Amino acid sequence: MSYWALSLTLIFVLIPLVLSKTLNLGLGRDMTVATIRSIIQLLAVGYVLKFVFDSESLLYIFLMVALMIVAATHNAQKKGAAIQGITWKIAVTLIFVEVLTQGILIGFNITPPTAQYIIPISGMVVGNSMVLSILFLNRFTAEVEDHQDQTELILSLGGTPKQAIHRQLINSIKASMIPTIESQKTVGLVQLPGMMSGQIIAGADPIQAVQFQLLIMFLLLTTAAVTSVFLGYLSYPTLFNKRMQLLKG
Amino acid sequence: MSTQYKPALHFQHVDYRIGDMEILSDITGSFPQGRITTLVGPSGAGKSTLLKLCNSLISPQNGEIFVKDKAIGDYDPVELRRMVGMALQSAPMISGTVYENLNLPLDLQGQQLAKEEAIDLLEDVGLKGDLLDRKVKELSGGQRQKVSIARTLVNKPEILLMDEITSSLDRASKHEVEELISKINRKYGTTIIWITHNLQQALEIGDYTWVMMDGQVVETGESSLLEDPKNDRVEEFVKGVVS
Repeated sequence: MSYWALSLTLIFVLIPLVLSKTLNLGLGRDMTVATIRSIIQLLAVGYVLKFVFDSESLLYIFLMVALMIVAATHNAQKKGAAIQGITWKIAVTLIFVEVLTQGILIGFNITPPTAQYIIPISGMVVGNSMVLSILFLNRFTAEVEDHQDQTELILSLGGTPKQAIHRQLINSIKASMIPTIESQKTVGLVQLPGMMSGQIIAGADPIQAVQFQLLIMFLLLTTAAVTSVFLGYLSYPTLFNKRMQLLKG
Repeated sequence: MSTQYKPALHFQHVDYRIGDMEILSDITGSFPQGRITTLVGPSGAGKSTLLKLCNSLISPQNGEIFVKDKAIGDYDPVELRRMVGMALQSAPMISGTVYENLNLPLDLQGQQLAKEEAIDLLEDVGLKGDLLDRKVKELSGGQRQKVSIARTLVNKPEILLMDEITSSLDRASKHEVEELISKINRKYGTTIIWITHNLQQALEIGDYTWVMMDGQVVETGESSLLEDPKNDRVEEFVKGVVS
């Protein structure tokens, strides 16, 4: 794509800006900031990736993935402020999911252990794990607040914290996984996934693009399940004290 | 409070605060074992908070609570809560059937309540056995309250805490529940601590009464104190001046 053609893509930013202005949506500032940020961030990442790919250094790969995890943790922790120690719980979850998925991919020789594969796949895994963490924490804090009477009922009948929070935990895990499962059901029918579309536009064989897309989709299913279950079981004990009392606020 | 009965529960200079707000202040007194004690007082007096302390759903910042002469903190919370049962005005239910709710206390222990026992429990609280498979969302307020009481009884508690359990019941159901609680008290020697807004109920059912106001116990004694209070504020409350 030429720089002129790339500049013309800003038309797709102008359309929502005009709509926002006309309808008084008040989103103009946010969209402008988002556009500028995405240009700067993606250009920077492009140059960093080129440098890392050329260097073929494991240290740089590690640093890139670590940076992704730190940024994702920082973003997700705001949604779980009510849960004690949520920052390290999210960080541990993201690290666990990343190690598990890369361990399987590299361990079974599904993808080669090179920066070209590790970094983009890690980006998708950590990014999805972050979104799942946010969805889970949003739902879980709401469930705990809305069903406080049920939690206290089970405690008052001699249940343990795990038993008292079980329903809320399961509901939150299920709810946070639904978008991933639903999007997989309609993939190819309603939408062509971004990565696959990108490969096809770049001239790759569509069948090979589909194969990689399937790999990513299955990977993201594991990411979704492991993130919400792992984060859920790390989070719930901090809602209670040693006397098995529900801590409030 | 009477001294001829052993205390089932004893409060010793108990304070409870939420943040800077004092909910209970310097509560001292005993609930006699095997007797019915009613807690009366205006809304916001701290009565429900006091019940939660008895069940260890919350802990005081200062003071000690003793359950059968043993500090509450020395009990395993699970063991304590099975011994000190609690029924609430809101009668919270888990979604599902009446049986699933009655089975809940045993399910938490990895056991199962026999259907026959469940039917007996329902009949004990004045409900028909055929309600067993009914969804709880189809129950009336009164039926929910009775199921809630029956569920609390599954653990066979030695101390039973009840928070305004008859306030949403019609006159006939209220009378049935009063009879039931009296029967449990007589038959099993269960200690009952009962929050009520109904002073007539406190007089008729309760052996003893604690009158609470603004987070403090202002008068205690045999329930007849409500007919001739010594404390001026209690007298005002009884006459309906303080609501």
